[in-house]
Amino acid sequence: MPLPPTTETRASTPDHRPRGNPNSGKTSIFNRLTGRHQRVANYPGVTVERVSGKVRSGEGEIEIVDIPGLYSLQATTEDEVVAVQAISGSIDRAPDLLVCVMDADNLERNLFFFSQLADGPTPVVVALTMTDVAERRGRAVDVDGLAAELGVDVIPVVAHKARGVRELLDAVEANLIHARPARRRHQEFLNRRIEKLKERLARSGVDVAPSEVVEGLSDRFSELRRSVDEIPELRAALQEAAPEGDPDIAARYEWAAEVAAAVLIDKTPGKRWTVADRMDYVLTHRVFGLVAFLGIMFVMFQSIYSFAAPAMDAIDGFFGWLGELVSPLLAGAPALQSLAVDGVITGIGSVMVFLPQILILFFFIAFLEGTGYLARASFLMDRLLGWCGLNGRAFVPLLSSFACAIPGIMAARVMPDAKSRLATILVAPLMSCSARLPVYILFIGAVIEPQFGPVWAGVALFGMHMVGAFVAIPIVFILNRSVFKGKRLPFVLELPPYQWPKWRDIVLTMYNRGKIFVNTAGRIIFLMTIVVWALLYFPRDERAMEAYRVRYSRLPAAEREAVSEETYVQSQQIRESYMGRFGRAIEPAFVPAGFDWRLTTGVLAAFPAREVVVPALGIIFALGGEVSEESVDLRHALSRATWPDGSELLTPWTAIGVMVFFALCCQCASTLAVVRRETNSWKWPVFMFTYMTLLAYVFAVLIHQVGRLLG
Amino acid sequence: MVNESFGGLRFANVRPGMTVRVVAILTETPEIRRLQELGLTPGTVFRVVRVAPLGDPIEIALRGYRLCLRRAEAASFVLEATA
Repeated sequence: MPLPPTTETRASTPDHRPRGNPNSGKTSIFNRLTGRHQRVANYPGVTVERVSGKVRSGEGEIEIVDIPGLYSLQATTEDEVVAVQAISGSIDRAPDLLVCVMDADNLERNLFFFSQLADGPTPVVVALTMTDVAERRGRAVDVDGLAAELGVDVIPVVAHKARGVRELLDAVEANLIHARPARRRHQEFLNRRIEKLKERLARSGVDVAPSEVVEGLSDRFSELRRSVDEIPELRAALQEAAPEGDPDIAARYEWAAEVAAAVLIDKTPGKRWTVADRMDYVLTHRVFGLVAFLGIMFVMFQSIYSFAAPAMDAIDGFFGWLGELVSPLLAGAPALQSLAVDGVITGIGSVMVFLPQILILFFFIAFLEGTGYLARASFLMDRLLGWCGLNGRAFVPLLSSFACAIPGIMAARVMPDAKSRLATILVAPLMSCSARLPVYILFIGAVIEPQFGPVWAGVALFGMHMVGAFVAIPIVFILNRSVFKGKRLPFVLELPPYQWPKWRDIVLTMYNRGKIFVNTAGRIIFLMTIVVWALLYFPRDERAMEAYRVRYSRLPAAEREAVSEETYVQSQQIRESYMGRFGRAIEPAFVPAGFDWRLTTGVLAAFPAREVVVPALGIIFALGGEVSEESVDLRHALSRATWPDGSELLTPWTAIGVMVFFALCCQCASTLAVVRRETNSWKWPVFMFTYMTLLAYVFAVLIHQVGRLLG
Repeated sequence: MVNESFGGLRFANVRPGMTVRVVAILTETPEIRRLQELGLTPGTVFRVVRVAPLGDPIEIALRGYRLCLRRAEAASFVLEATA
């Protein structure tokens, strides 16, 4: 969305807020002013981020807050409400100054927003951006003329070349000491409309407008309308006379159009947009455009899915090595050793391992957004996602979630509307992430492929990747009609001119997203890892361990050959841990899905992270925790497993049930941690966990039962 | 009622290349208000640039910039083709 950018500043610990139309170059200016010294937090109680930074000014500092973009001060969505509250100071400290970032290439609409800001009590300075883009398209702005019309300082800024940034800061400092009042000539246009309206009403025989209504400064029109609304026949008369929309908006635009016509110098009339138009002809074409889109998305997806793998392996390897390095140092204290290696080091490792995918994805998002392509992609995809209640912008987060839901959920930030963002976040983990692949490979390899051959194995693998996406459609449908019911804004997109992305902004985006992930979600993931470690490690009783060893020595020789003492003791210990006890207690619940205690324990062990099911089944089937999904032994053990009565455990139906369970279930503590961070509340992760787990359970039971009926 | 007295062109049936004027706005909802705030006020003349491959949304050029909107969400705008 375009927002008019504004910035506020305060004097002593000043607070500068850039506000502006979306895409106006607000963030570039903010990045230029504050550099790396940015703080990203949430406004209290909402999902909207508060991005702030500080800049030195003489003796003190100015705090600058980057406010979400706005088209208007009439807020509808949560993000807009927060932005407007930040401007008025009701959610934050009241700003001392607003910097309105005005896009020279989109002057009329930005002037409309400026007129609303100028009506407020806080002084405004205008940063005029995109003058280079406008000039390339043959438009120049008469800056002095504009400043004279508006009454406030107008500073042209080309942020990526650092041009005008110093001057902007000087203007901010000067206005903090002595603010220049806005001229508000748009008021004349408003007054003229009010007069016309009154005349028309008078003609239809009603005298409205008590004088205070007309004089009320802020929303005179809504006051006037309210009095009209109280008299139904008046309203009808008005509508018949001319359904003229909102007179306040019309009057401001009338002013904006006049000003734009006066200060825009058109050097090459008729030449506008030609380059972008030719590019758009290709990039939004119904054939070439879709081909280009698929190509770009393929590269992006491959980068997250494959190119991140070496970095992730390296991180895994490093923390494994670190564990082995630390382990002998603590050999004297087994509990401490296990806490350090399996808890702390594994915990930090499991946070860091997500960083490559997050950084790569945000590189692509910042790059595509910077060029203007992301808006074109949303334009192409809107119809596809729109009919079930999402919109075109959901495409990138959902596609990324096929690699990993963590960066996918973080990418939902590209959606400016909180409801659409939440709906996207809530279904993103249903997309089949790469951690589910080992599970599919194991069960397809154990059951489907031996019985039906490689073609059906391929079909099954493809089907598993589609299941979540198909289930997501009715879920979004239901969410939109229940949880997210209510006021919605129309889906609008601006197609900005194509530009080279600014490397500085890309790097800052990657840096900020990485930092946020490690600092907030990372902390939760780390704590959860420690908790899970404790649930699997305790109670630990040396006498019990001794008893397991004795029991092992009494096993028949053949069985002892198949399993080492360590593996045996490990599997017994896990069985008796708090987690294991819980697993056995709820085992009966999984019988309708056709899971025996072994599958149930594997499923439960996989709740913190689904990929753990493979080593967990290895331990449970006494093959050790080192097995991979390609392990022939584990596949055999699974395909030959039976119930106590000798009937087959994994029929093809049950195997599909297990896989669908994994496809739909929320078995990823890290996802929940990221949802907590992105929604700023525990409510949504709890909701997500509940609905996904129930869904998985219901589907697994249904598939098993249908399978039994069909034999 | 009032709504029915306005026939004519709507967003549902504009085609790329048409130059169009906003004649009237039939409802007062936050959605319609937002489209006005984006510059679609009565009297505004705009050009229909293109239609997305799947038929919606559409891209229009107005007030010196490009905006995409969904046909159905702008159904309350009464339009007329200009020369």
